[in-house]
Amino acid sequence: MFKKFSAADASGQSILKSSVQRSIRATLLSQMNWDAETLELVWPKKEALVLVKCRDHISIYTVQGEPLFFQHFDGPFFPTLRLLQKYPSLLPKVQVDRGAIRFLLAGAHMMCPGFTSKGGWLPDADAAIPKEKAVAIFAEGKDHPCGVGLTKLSSEEIKSVNKGVGVEIVTYLGDDLWSLKKL
Amino acid sequence: MGKKKNVQPPPPSTSTLPELTADGEGNVVGEGPVVVEEAKKEGVKPLEVLYCQGELRYPIDVGCDDDLVIVCSFPPEFCEFGSSLTRCKAWLHEEHPDLFDKYYSEDALVEKTALLSTEAATKLEKDTAKKEAKAEAKARAEEERKKEAKVIVKRIERNKRKYVTSISGLEAFGIDLKKAAKLFAQKFATGASVTKTVTGGEEIVVQGDVSDEIVDMFEEANESSKESALKGVPEDNIEVVEEKKKKGGD
Repeated sequence: MFKKFSAADASGQSILKSSVQRSIRATLLSQMNWDAETLELVWPKKEALVLVKCRDHISIYTVQGEPLFFQHFDGPFFPTLRLLQKYPSLLPKVQVDRGAIRFLLAGAHMMCPGFTSKGGWLPDADAAIPKEKAVAIFAEGKDHPCGVGLTKLSSEEIKSVNKGVGVEIVTYLGDDLWSLKKL
Repeated sequence: MGKKKNVQPPPPSTSTLPELTADGEGNVVGEGPVVVEEAKKEGVKPLEVLYCQGELRYPIDVGCDDDLVIVCSFPPEFCEFGSSLTRCKAWLHEEHPDLFDKYYSEDALVEKTALLSTEAATKLEKDTAKKEAKAEAKARAEEERKKEAKVIVKRIERNKRKYVTSISGLEAFGIDLKKAAKLFAQKFATGASVTKTVTGGEEIVVQGDVSDEIVDMFEEANESSKESALKGVPEDNIEVVEEKKKKGGD
């Protein structure tokens, strides 16, 4: 999504109405794994949330110019990778093996075998991740998450099908959203 | 991004994510509520993440201000997949020797290669070298492009004795067009606007024939030590052209 992206792709910035901000706050709390106090640290109540509209229906939400979340159409909210690295437990974790890192950092979608091989990791059946859900992508032998993805299959399906795209990459380490520190 | 020291490894996700992980161990579950309770009071502090400041410069390692600099910016553990590994290594060695030992010591390397077959390892090595060369070539091309780029100051006849002056090609020199246009408008007390050209670029259009003055302004901006929106365009890269209206058009 952000393989090619620059500040010029942003068509306009606007401060959101406080009622909209309130509903976004609630959505963020329900979609991600954190509590109101933690969100308060990232996005203090006093600070206004700025919506940056970009090409292809991408909306980026910034606080004091720093991109924190983004969204495609009305889809789920994603944290930016920098935020995710500060709070790795925001999203459910999946892990790819070492061989996949190279492709992940080139922006490729993650295939199922990368998760099911020895270096990969998926949650067990009772904590399975449904499909179309935002996930944090970790890599074998690394401490920090290196990508944010959207599951195309549920984690159980990934295990059983074990073929083709399992998780679509939304943003990854080194893409243009990563290099964009201020907007 | 300031240099942050003291990197903590992220907590094992089991302790902060009791409900999302399927780890049924007693101690993990026991720890869960404690963490949550603490969070209720003040919220979880963000993890401090160290970002690599290893940089690739072009011209290579000269160290003046207008060099093209690419900073790695990855967390150091990912530098091996970046495009400036050698320089990242040097930076890490200097700034965080302990981390350097962790990631690049003999033991760590042995461990790493154990995970891969030798064939894959050599391939990866080759790829890294290739990437580094690529990043360098890219930096060089950028530099080259900057040298080649021309700012064109064009005098356009609008209506016999009336002219407008358009300035195009400023983007390549990292000039803020809006600020420059404002400056022109102020200086000449005329309208100056940033407009999109047919080819997709942007140009500044100033009302009136001010082409000579504009060239002088660029020169002055370069000579004086003051900050100016027009700084950074070498005199040789400015070209003045004239465009006459075609006869018998109207």
